[in-house]
Amino acid sequence: MMIEELHKIAAVERDEDNRFQHHIHVCMETACIASRSDHVKQALTEAAAGKPCRVKGVGCMGLCSAGPLVKVEPEGVLYQGVTPEDATEIVAKLGDSPVSRLECDTETPFFKRQTKIVLENSGLIDPERIENYIAADGYLALHTALNTMTPAEVIAQIAKSGLRGRGGAGFSTGLKWTTVAKSQGERKFVICNADEGDPGAFMDRSVLEGDPHAVLEGMAIAAYAVGASQGYVYVRAEYPLAVERLKLAIRQAKKLGLLGENICGTTFSFNVDIRLGAGAFVCGEETALIASIEGKRGQPRPRPPFPAEYGLWGYPTLINNVETYANVAPIIRKGADWFSAIGTEKSKGTKVFALTGQVVNTGLIEVPMGITLREIVFDIGGGIPEGRKFKAVQTGGPGGGCIPDEYLDMPVDYESLLKIGSFMGSGGMIVMDETSNMVEIAQYFMEFSKTESCGKCVPCRVGTAQMYELLDKVVKCEATMDDLLLLERLCDVVKNTSLCGLGQGAPNPVLSTLRYFRHEYLARIQEGNRETAFVSH
Amino acid sequence: MKQPSSHIKTLQIDGQDVGANQDETILEVARENGIYIPTLCEIEGLSPHGGCRLCLVEVKGVNKLLPACVTHVQEGMEVFTNSPRLQEYRRTILELIFSEGNHICAVCVVNGRCDLQALATKLGMTHVSVPYLYPRRSVDASHDRFALDRNRCILCTRCVRVCDEIEGAHTWDVSGRGVQAHVVTDLNTPWGDSDTCTSCGKCVNVCPTGALFEKGKAVAEMSKKRGFLPYLTQMREKRSK
Amino acid sequence: MSKVRFATVWLDGCSGCHMSFLDMDERLIELAELVDVVYSPLVDPKQFPDSVDVTLVEGAVSSDEDLEKIRHIREHTQYLIALGDCSVTGNVPSMRNPFKVDEVMNRAYIENATVQPQIPNVSVPTLLPRVRPVHTVVKVDVYVPGCPPSADTIYYVLTTLLRGEVPDLSSRTRFGV
Repeated sequence: MMIEELHKIAAVERDEDNRFQHHIHVCMETACIASRSDHVKQALTEAAAGKPCRVKGVGCMGLCSAGPLVKVEPEGVLYQGVTPEDATEIVAKLGDSPVSRLECDTETPFFKRQTKIVLENSGLIDPERIENYIAADGYLALHTALNTMTPAEVIAQIAKSGLRGRGGAGFSTGLKWTTVAKSQGERKFVICNADEGDPGAFMDRSVLEGDPHAVLEGMAIAAYAVGASQGYVYVRAEYPLAVERLKLAIRQAKKLGLLGENICGTTFSFNVDIRLGAGAFVCGEETALIASIEGKRGQPRPRPPFPAEYGLWGYPTLINNVETYANVAPIIRKGADWFSAIGTEKSKGTKVFALTGQVVNTGLIEVPMGITLREIVFDIGGGIPEGRKFKAVQTGGPGGGCIPDEYLDMPVDYESLLKIGSFMGSGGMIVMDETSNMVEIAQYFMEFSKTESCGKCVPCRVGTAQMYELLDKVVKCEATMDDLLLLERLCDVVKNTSLCGLGQGAPNPVLSTLRYFRHEYLARIQEGNRETAFVSH
Repeated sequence: MKQPSSHIKTLQIDGQDVGANQDETILEVARENGIYIPTLCEIEGLSPHGGCRLCLVEVKGVNKLLPACVTHVQEGMEVFTNSPRLQEYRRTILELIFSEGNHICAVCVVNGRCDLQALATKLGMTHVSVPYLYPRRSVDASHDRFALDRNRCILCTRCVRVCDEIEGAHTWDVSGRGVQAHVVTDLNTPWGDSDTCTSCGKCVNVCPTGALFEKGKAVAEMSKKRGFLPYLTQMREKRSK
Repeated sequence: MSKVRFATVWLDGCSGCHMSFLDMDERLIELAELVDVVYSPLVDPKQFPDSVDVTLVEGAVSSDEDLEKIRHIREHTQYLIALGDCSVTGNVPSMRNPFKVDEVMNRAYIENATVQPQIPNVSVPTLLPRVRPVHTVVKVDVYVPGCPPSADTIYYVLTTLLRGEVPDLSSRTRFGV
């Protein structure tokens, strides 16, 4: 695949597109399909037959709560809650005034306040057509990297961009790549961690379903940079659509010589295979993930040695998350300076969040780092439904924390979130209003950690079970102040002595709710005391 | 020309200056120097597991606690093995282990010869301050000579490792997650029906508690013979040289 | 100086700890110089007195009667000593805890009974759903593990406490013994 061929494919694809006056984009991701967008697409295709109009399945357009979403280009009209019955009307009104009852206002902060890098193609291109991705400048970055840059120059660009791991911990991507590049090994591997498992999180799924080639291109560039020739995408089996689209994307890229042997006519070869996770949250931890790919029981091992030195089958291995890889091609294409101009001093670029819970607009958003929680919840999210009061926002999944209203104006970046007892995490963001009880929230997350603990280390295995029982007592108004002290003691032990991030993070929902909503714990304990006092008289 | 790097590291453990080979772990060096660090899943001759968390130590300048069994020495390291905080954590971890299973020392075959029981005494665990979970666990007595009482299992995986790494049979493994995790033979078939078990008894002898025991032994009658492990390891190392 | 008011109580246990107590033999006479045994299975009084300085508790808390007793004793005792594994850990009595009370009763009185299979329910205390170590019900001041703790251990604990010192049991006894 030479650059001319790449341009040619893009040109053909654009010409084909230009034959049509109108383009109807139908979201074909899990959320919209669940509300029958596949039927909508079918109906639209039938209605559009013989008209200068092309119907195309695309990735997520963001406002999942209003699905199925349909967009008409070039007019830029967005329709929400579309049913198959609406198809003929939508097609009939093309070029005329839009169908007002279905129209979704795109002038709102939800659409206007986002900055899209990772999701730049999402909602625009057909994820099942590699030509569509190429027409959107896809694989240009890979071509540039392979033909005009040395591996060291690629790493330098990534390092200069300030990109940090989007899986949660925020480790410098450039530094990680350098370590793998410098590690000695007969072979090296590149792994994409797509074992997204936080409750309420669906960022990685959306990226894989909406723009799988962006991830593959990022992986290929990474492989070139660190000297790997084999890659694995470790994706959970609960994401069948993402797996299908990835498989298709890999096949297409191989066919065009963008994966496989001698990519873009160079000596660089890189193959990607998919490994399915069997539904264990802990396999998102890198050493557990590696064990799982190796066919062993998916449980973590102590680090160091880190996978960068001693990874898959003992070879140096680069592991990054889906969203991290999706940032790579845009950085190479547009430059490190462009990327680092977005965000804050220490957290560069954007972050994709799955905004869920008690908020008006739920869905997938991408915002610049440093945006405040208030902007996310009240501007983009449209605030709390039915005039209820905001209470907290939970970030970071089961290892994260609940952030109260006093921190709504805090910028969202790795350090700030850590400082107030939460965690960036992979991007789940759950909004809670005054009807939520924070003890029950803490218990919910503890139940999750307890069930997902692999059982290897004692503090996590037994500690989470014990903390869950204690929280259950508080919820049922059966706990005493001694129980609360014990709960706090166990939080301390589990946080500081557990083997991996799952255990170390498991106490965070309890600690953060104890820090900001202690009165809710005390109220339940006092309630219990009153009842016991009553019984004993 | 490159300056040759030194393989010998000097460091401090509990204020004591010690020398070590760069391949050694903190635990190995501490033991050579008579400094006690409690361990439970670790056993000389098998690969480290890092699961019991009793050997966690403090290292100056590192904000996380590090497991001594897998952490390699570094030049100038200052290690603290027995701070009040560590003692407190270790006692709580022990209490968690006791609370998790059904450990009734008085009626156990290894009463008086149990690693867990000995640690409880040594680390000053006066009682278990976390609630007992009283799980309902099964016993597998289908093997001719040995039996498994899961009530006494602490999931140290010594049996899994010795069977895999020394005997080469890999009869044992862990099934289930979290507090539901438990050891199984073959693909969760009764031990007596196992096709892979060679009945060598290594698992029984490395087991730190009375979870694995010889049939026919009454309370406090079973002692575990572990001499074979360092011996076998040493012989294999010699042969491979 | 008035003698220390001393009591012992026997909850759910095998009385082995009391046997071990008696194994102090001639040292009992020495102790008798220092303490008044105001309540014990070994002496006459049937009512736990209002104020007791030291109480040794053998056995786990298994029935509603045990529960009531230990709460009453705690209220009227200055130093409460959990004596032996049953009171410290639940020990053998707690082996029924993974099972439901009904299952245990059926097993004991119906399935394995050869004559008159019936579950006793007249003038016997009701079993608690779970056997509990003493410290999970009331505050315990000193833990003396052992099954049973030796006479030497008990002697050491009592004489140390009588001297006003805190006994250190780490090298003297352990769970199981």
